[in-house]
Amino acid sequence: MKHRVAGRIPSEAETARLPVLKTYKIFIGGKFPRTESGRYYLLNDVHTGQALANICLCSRKDFRDAVISAREAQAAWASRTAYNRAQILYRIAEMLEGRQTQFVKEVIQQGYTPAAARTEAAVSVDRLLYYAGWADKYQQIFSSVNPIASSHFNFSVCEPTGVVSILCPPRSALVGLISTIAPSICGGNAVIALAPRDLPLCAVTLAEVLATSDLPGGVVNLLTGERPELLEYFANHMDVNAVIYCGDDAKDMATIRSKASLNVKRAVVYDREDWLSADAQGPYFILDTQEVKTTWHPIGV
Amino acid sequence: MEMTTTGRINFGTDWTYAPAPETAKVAIAPRYDLFINGNFVPPVKGKYFDTINPANEKKLSQVGDASAEDVDKAVKAARSAYEKTWSKMAPAERSKYIYRIARVLQERAREFAIVESMDGGKPIRESRDVDIPLAAAHFFYYAGWADKLDYAFPGRSARPLGVAGQIIPWNFPLLMAAWKIAPALACGNTVVLKPAETTPLTAMKLAEVIRDADLPPGVVNIVTGAGETGAAIVNHPGIDKIAFTGSTEVGKIIQRALSTSKKKFTLELGGKAANIIFDDATIDQAVEGIVNGIFFNQGHVCCAGSRLLVQEGVYETVIRKLQDRMQTLIVGDPLDKNTDIGAINSKAQLDKVHQYLKIGQEEGAQLWQTGCEIPSTGYFCRPSLFLNASQSHRITQEEIFGPVLAIQTFRTPAEAIEKANNTPYGLSGGVWTDKGSKIFKITSKLRAGVIWANTYNKFDPSSPFGGYKESGVGREGGLHGLAPYVQLN
Repeated sequence: MKHRVAGRIPSEAETARLPVLKTYKIFIGGKFPRTESGRYYLLNDVHTGQALANICLCSRKDFRDAVISAREAQAAWASRTAYNRAQILYRIAEMLEGRQTQFVKEVIQQGYTPAAARTEAAVSVDRLLYYAGWADKYQQIFSSVNPIASSHFNFSVCEPTGVVSILCPPRSALVGLISTIAPSICGGNAVIALAPRDLPLCAVTLAEVLATSDLPGGVVNLLTGERPELLEYFANHMDVNAVIYCGDDAKDMATIRSKASLNVKRAVVYDREDWLSADAQGPYFILDTQEVKTTWHPIGV
Repeated sequence: MEMTTTGRINFGTDWTYAPAPETAKVAIAPRYDLFINGNFVPPVKGKYFDTINPANEKKLSQVGDASAEDVDKAVKAARSAYEKTWSKMAPAERSKYIYRIARVLQERAREFAIVESMDGGKPIRESRDVDIPLAAAHFFYYAGWADKLDYAFPGRSARPLGVAGQIIPWNFPLLMAAWKIAPALACGNTVVLKPAETTPLTAMKLAEVIRDADLPPGVVNIVTGAGETGAAIVNHPGIDKIAFTGSTEVGKIIQRALSTSKKKFTLELGGKAANIIFDDATIDQAVEGIVNGIFFNQGHVCCAGSRLLVQEGVYETVIRKLQDRMQTLIVGDPLDKNTDIGAINSKAQLDKVHQYLKIGQEEGAQLWQTGCEIPSTGYFCRPSLFLNASQSHRITQEEIFGPVLAIQTFRTPAEAIEKANNTPYGLSGGVWTDKGSKIFKITSKLRAGVIWANTYNKFDPSSPFGGYKESGVGREGGLHGLAPYVQLN
């Protein structure tokens, strides 16, 4: 059989020994299972045509398992101090930095030029750092003490929307994942993200980074598979509070928004193509999965 | 004073007040046309429907039944006003127009309060002290934002959206109109507003105010009608934003209807708030809060404290004091200044409340009602509570939107939080305890947009309002209430 699943292409110097190949798994509840369905799709190296990986073709059941894990993890994650969430996001950036070479290599295997791959990896680390910095600041920008006309003290604060499902940017190998996942978890949400169909390698490797960054299991769940198969479930699950759709397909957007109405899910659409530029980040991305809670108390003796 | 054998006051004989009716005469026209492009115009199809006084079932007036063609006219007027005048006007000038509306509302407050109580059934005490002053305050608050929007969105600049279609409910008719119109105008949008079909009159009087305030024609258009008129607004391609306050059921239909549209939307939907009484609460104040939480505005309040969670140690005391307090509630003529609970808004709503009273008993909860007299005509309901409600009962899960309280108990704070959050809704909640640290702990764990600690049902224009989960999307009021009416650059 010609096709050979390999995590990477061995260099000539390495041909003397047989490399150990990586099995690309998914990430649910802090664990690395394969899909419960047993299904896979083959990913080839864009340059050589050689088989790279048998990627998990996730099922609806995988998604539902991931939602359960996210729900279990969310409240505790939101209860962490903002300082602690900032440190963990910073830790993820550190881990990503240390794996630059691996990410660059994977991005190249999936079709990027070496220069573009280096930019992708570098911007991804910087973006994580950016949101690490926001974790204990956006509340001060977007919360308020309200000057009400009665003898009460009343303040409005941001709180996470809850469990967020994300259909990640389809044409971005890494920075799209980071740019949609980081603002959500920065704000105390737990997420289930679907990696881009044709650029799935970095999502799996990112899961390995997350697993070693003190991020509690279940806060980020990463699935691979076919968007058309899973899109509807990302939008109609009754225990998901918000769905983020990245893309510009009118039919997909209509499905997302329509199914979201089943439980008044917040449906967020990002139709941008460019996730590298500076305007692809900002505290308003955090606000997209935040609620405002206002608390009143009388003033008196 | 005659005492009963239990030593408690006999409310049937001792607790009577002399009538204190509001006697001022107000002008209600026999017929109100649609307010489109600065003029009152008859509906294209010439159809009208009656609006009645729910306290005596008599017709008050009739209002236009706006068809899709009328809505189209209103949207075109709003679009033209948006493009030609309102979006181009200096923000400080926009501000002055909105201030004018606020001032005229204050000047005509008594008249508005009376009409509100006649058309909707709410006690004059509430329309006079809450609805109308708050509506004026809302215009005042947002008027001042019009020329300060650059400070509202750090790092971004705000632009208006265009034409806002706004659909409001019958429980706070004028106040909801103010909540919708004021921020929309302040941000530079124009408006097509539809009041609820059972309570159109204060909206039509507001149209008079807007006309008299000399707002450019078409900036605010008010069309009356029922569901079909609302659907025509939701589906009109010339509208850029939908703001809806009403039931979760209709909210979901609207959200689905907008799935193929680029319209932004905000939804303020239903609720089933838990009012949690800990054993260290000041019980007498808590009882006042329970009463205010569920019987304010006949319980026609999306954020009503319709579920009562009482810690077991104080359960018997709380229930005894609550029942005593409820016996003093005066149900009757909304225009009487002594009235605590007015008329249920409509026959349909009264039927729905009665249906839930039946369902609750069939489910096994124990119904208790006060012994007060209620008028023989009009739509009235005695203050009601259900003891031994369980979490799975429909009276605990579903929004009744009437003077009906479902009561449960709990032992630990964790159990209270679990029960309070065990609902698809997330609009509001209440916490009663004298311990500050407990307040912060519990209020931060409740998944709801507005939490009252040691108080309930307070509102203010500067204070954001809106729900988590199936209680809605977006906030109204305060700085946060600007966001739904702008796009950010």
